[in-house]
Amino acid sequence: MTTTLEPTNNTEEVGAVESFTVTMQVRRYQPEFHEEAYWDTWTIEMYGTDRVLDALHKIKWEIDGTLTFRRSCAHGICGSDAMRINGVNRLACKVLLKDLDLSKPVTVEPIKGLPVEKDMIVDMEPFFQSYREIMPFLIADESREPTRERLQSAEARERFDDTTKCILCAACTSSCPVFWTDGQYFGPAAIVNAHRFIFDDRDEGGDMRLEVLNDKEGVWRCRTTFNCTEACPRGIQVTKAIAEVKQAILARNI
Amino acid sequence: MTTQQQINIAAPRSGDIDPKYIRQSASSSSNWEMFKWLFMRISGPILLVLIFTHLFTNLMLGDGVHGLNFGLVAGKWASPLWQIWDLVMLWLAMIHGTIGVATIIDDYTKKDRTRVAFKVALYLASITIVVLGTLVIFTFEPCMTDAAGNLLDNSPSFCFNQ
Repeated sequence: MTTTLEPTNNTEEVGAVESFTVTMQVRRYQPEFHEEAYWDTWTIEMYGTDRVLDALHKIKWEIDGTLTFRRSCAHGICGSDAMRINGVNRLACKVLLKDLDLSKPVTVEPIKGLPVEKDMIVDMEPFFQSYREIMPFLIADESREPTRERLQSAEARERFDDTTKCILCAACTSSCPVFWTDGQYFGPAAIVNAHRFIFDDRDEGGDMRLEVLNDKEGVWRCRTTFNCTEACPRGIQVTKAIAEVKQAILARNI
Repeated sequence: MTTQQQINIAAPRSGDIDPKYIRQSASSSSNWEMFKWLFMRISGPILLVLIFTHLFTNLMLGDGVHGLNFGLVAGKWASPLWQIWDLVMLWLAMIHGTIGVATIIDDYTKKDRTRVAFKVALYLASITIVVLGTLVIFTFEPCMTDAAGNLLDNSPSFCFNQ
């Protein structure tokens, strides 16, 4: 006898997920049609398992196809969908609607400090330019090229473990009030990724990176407001990493 | 056939980066920013001690606020300890405060001209206060007399013993 999945009448109660109406207030910028940015509001029916990203999908797929935002994996790994949700930087794919205060509209805005191109889409190039400048790749002495893989002790790996988690979503950099002022500050993300190599004992380019960050726009502009640590969807202790880079520069120069 | 549009992709190390994305400030090899940061961290705690001791001796010891007059200040500045104390407090506070306000100006001004104007005003004010303050601490005459040559009533007690 084969078992088949038969629709039963009580599935609705067994697998029932609470549903609720959500008011989504979304910051729109459509340069083809409006010079100024404006707010759009939709009230939609969502479920307890839905995230902010699902609400945006529902709007885009069923109500207004012009709503524009980035997302790739939708599971908190690719770092495409960082946005300002209820005033704080979050990944839309990691915020459950049921965890928000639904008695008020849920506001969704593009991340701050980077030029908005359309709706949630910002020009990430200044952000990546800072990332490039800290040379985010292994720099090793070529004359001592190993014949097998570069081994590393677990303790040495632990030293920079926290900063390897960065997914370059820009939630930290675009939450930083210093970055908002003129966008010239390297920003937490670039410093975190510099930290990942500076404290890697296989890497030999640490001095060069410290030199890059010992700049007017480098680590010294950090004012330890901890916005970056609060915003990081990966839970990286960003402010701590920045402080460690400051200490490394001090130790090197004094 | 349509002409093919050349696409520039800003790839790492390609050297093909749109100039608008290049950082404005030329990287300086000096440690100026580091020393500024270090100065703020060191002068802060020192100022806490200096200022609260200053407030305590002036406002709490002896007659407290009621004893606060020309004579008290004149008496304090007769002692080298308080001269140096106030001098260090003046310099540290003024430099600490100037760096702090300069940072705020950098953050909040958008145009270069506004920035320069505010900073010039700030530095002029700071230098004036530091120079005048230093001058007063070292050239201060505690036993002041009026037009008739009599000591002022509030003069510190050691003036009357001369």
